[in-house]
Amino acid sequence: MSVNEEFRPKIVAFCCNWCSYAGADLAGSSRLAYPADVKIIRVPCSCRVNPMFILRAFEKGADGVILCGCHPGDCHYSTGNYYTRRRMTMLFSMLDFIGVENGRTRVEWVSAAEGVKFSTTMNDFVAKIRSLGKNVRLGDLRCKD
Amino acid sequence: MQGLKARALELLNDGTVSRVLGWKIGENTYDPEPAFFETAEAMEQFVYNNFCAANLSKYMIEASKLEGKTLVCLKPCDSYSFNQLLAEHRIDREKAYIIGVGCKGKLSIEKVKQSGLKGILSVTDTDPLKVETLYGDAEVAYKDAMLDRCHVCKGKEHVVYDELYGESEDTSDADRFEQVRAIEAMSPEEKFAFFQAELSKCIRCNACRNVCPACSCRKCVFDSNKFDSAQKANVDSFEEKMFHIIRAFHVAGRCTDCGECSRVCPQGIPLHLFNRKFIKDINALYGEYQAGADVDAKGPLTSFTTEDAEPGVVSQGGIV
Ligand code: SF4
Ligand code: SF4
Ligand code: SF4
Ligand code: FES
Repeated sequence: MSVNEEFRPKIVAFCCNWCSYAGADLAGSSRLAYPADVKIIRVPCSCRVNPMFILRAFEKGADGVILCGCHPGDCHYSTGNYYTRRRMTMLFSMLDFIGVENGRTRVEWVSAAEGVKFSTTMNDFVAKIRSLGKNVRLGDLRCKD
Repeated sequence: MQGLKARALELLNDGTVSRVLGWKIGENTYDPEPAFFETAEAMEQFVYNNFCAANLSKYMIEASKLEGKTLVCLKPCDSYSFNQLLAEHRIDREKAYIIGVGCKGKLSIEKVKQSGLKGILSVTDTDPLKVETLYGDAEVAYKDAMLDRCHVCKGKEHVVYDELYGESEDTSDADRFEQVRAIEAMSPEEKFAFFQAELSKCIRCNACRNVCPACSCRKCVFDSNKFDSAQKANVDSFEEKMFHIIRAFHVAGRCTDCGECSRVCPQGIPLHLFNRKFIKDINALYGEYQAGADVDAKGPLTSFTTEDAEPGVVSQGGIV
C-alpha cells in the first residue's frame, strides 16, 4: 500500500488515568516524541470506555482508535481492564466482520513507568493508520450518506 | 391443538391461572398473533398451529406485573428466552405457569411466497403444505416453508416448564455458523459492500428491537423525544447511524439466538448474522455458551478470566 505523506490521520487515544495517562505524561516529560495526530482522551479506567465511544469516534471522523489501560492485574479498580479486554475483543472482531480494517482499532497496556512504550506504541499506530489511509466506512453504517 | 386448548381452559376455569398467553387465530391459517385470553369465551379464538412462530416470553414482563398467574405457552426455543429474562430479573417465575409446547419446526408465509407462489388464498400447515392460489392449487414441502432458524434449532428440550404438551420433531439440518464463516472469509471491501447493501434497506421501524426478548430496557437508547418513528430512517443521530451494531452489542452475550429479530424484519435484513458472529466468537474464546440454558450461569461479557485472549487476536489471524 502506498504511503501518502500528506495524509495526517485523526487518531483518538483513550487512556486510563492511573497508568496510561501517566505513561503519556512520562513520555512527554522524557521528551519522547509521538505524532501530534494522536488526541488523548483521559478516562478514569479503561473499562469506562463504552464500546459506543469507539464507534462514536469513528463516526466523528477518526481514522483509528486506540485504547490504553493498566496491565492486566494492575488496574486501579482491580478488575476493570479484564472486562475491557473481553468487550474490546468482541467489538474489534465485529468491526472486522463488517469490513472495517482491523488495523484501525487497538488495545495496548501501558503502565505509568512505560513512557517509552507509550511513545513507540503511538508512533507505530500512527504509521499503521497512515498506511491504511482515511476511514471512509464508519460514518454511517446504514450508508445513507 | 384441541388438547392444549382444553388443558388451558381447565387451568383458567379452576383458577390456577388468571389468564392465558397464547396465539389468537388470524384471518388466515398463516397469521396467528400473540394474545392474552381471560375468559372461556375469548379462548374460542385460541390457536396453536405450525405457523405460531412468535416467541411469547417477552410478554411475561408485562404479565409479571398483573394479579395472578399467567399460563404461557412456550416452544423449546422460547423457553431459553424465558430463562434469560429470569436471569436478568425481568420476569417473575411465580407469576408464570408454563406449558412447554411441542414444535415440529415453524412455518413462514414469506417462505411460501419465496417458492414463487402468487395470489395465495389459503394454506394448510400440513406436510406438505397445500396452497390454494388464484391460479390453482399447489404444494410446498414442509422443510421449504420452514423458518431459517428452525433449520438450526437448538433442540427440542424445554429448559423450563411446568408441564409439557405435544410432540416435537428434530428439524435441525444446517450449520448455524455457515453464513458467518462465509462472511469472515471475504475481503474488507466485500464485507462492507455486503452489509452496506443489507443495512441500507432498513426503514427503522424498530420491529427487531420491539420483538427481542433481550431488548427489555425500560428506557432504550433508540427512543428519542427529538424525532418520532416516522422520521427515524432519515435522521442522522449517532444512535440511528449505528443502530444495528449498537443493538447487537447491547444484546451480545444475552441473545439466545431465538431468531425473532430476523423473522420480523419487514426488509428481510439478516440480523441474526450479527448475533451469531458474537456467539461464535464467545464460544471460541470464552467457552461454549448458550444464553438462557442455565439461569445461574455468568454471562460471558459480565465475567472474565485472567487468561483471556488480547483484543489483538482479531488482527493476528482472527478468532477461529
Ligand atoms: S426490523 Fe428491520 S427494518 Fe425494522 S428497524 Fe429492525 S432492521 Fe430496520
Ligand atoms: S437479538 Fe434476535 S435472536 Fe437474539 S434474543 Fe433478540 S430477537 Fe432473539
Ligand atoms: S437496543 Fe439497547 S437500549 Fe434499546 S432495549 Fe435493546 S438493549 Fe436496551
Ligand atoms: S485504572 Fe487503568 S485500566 Fe482500570
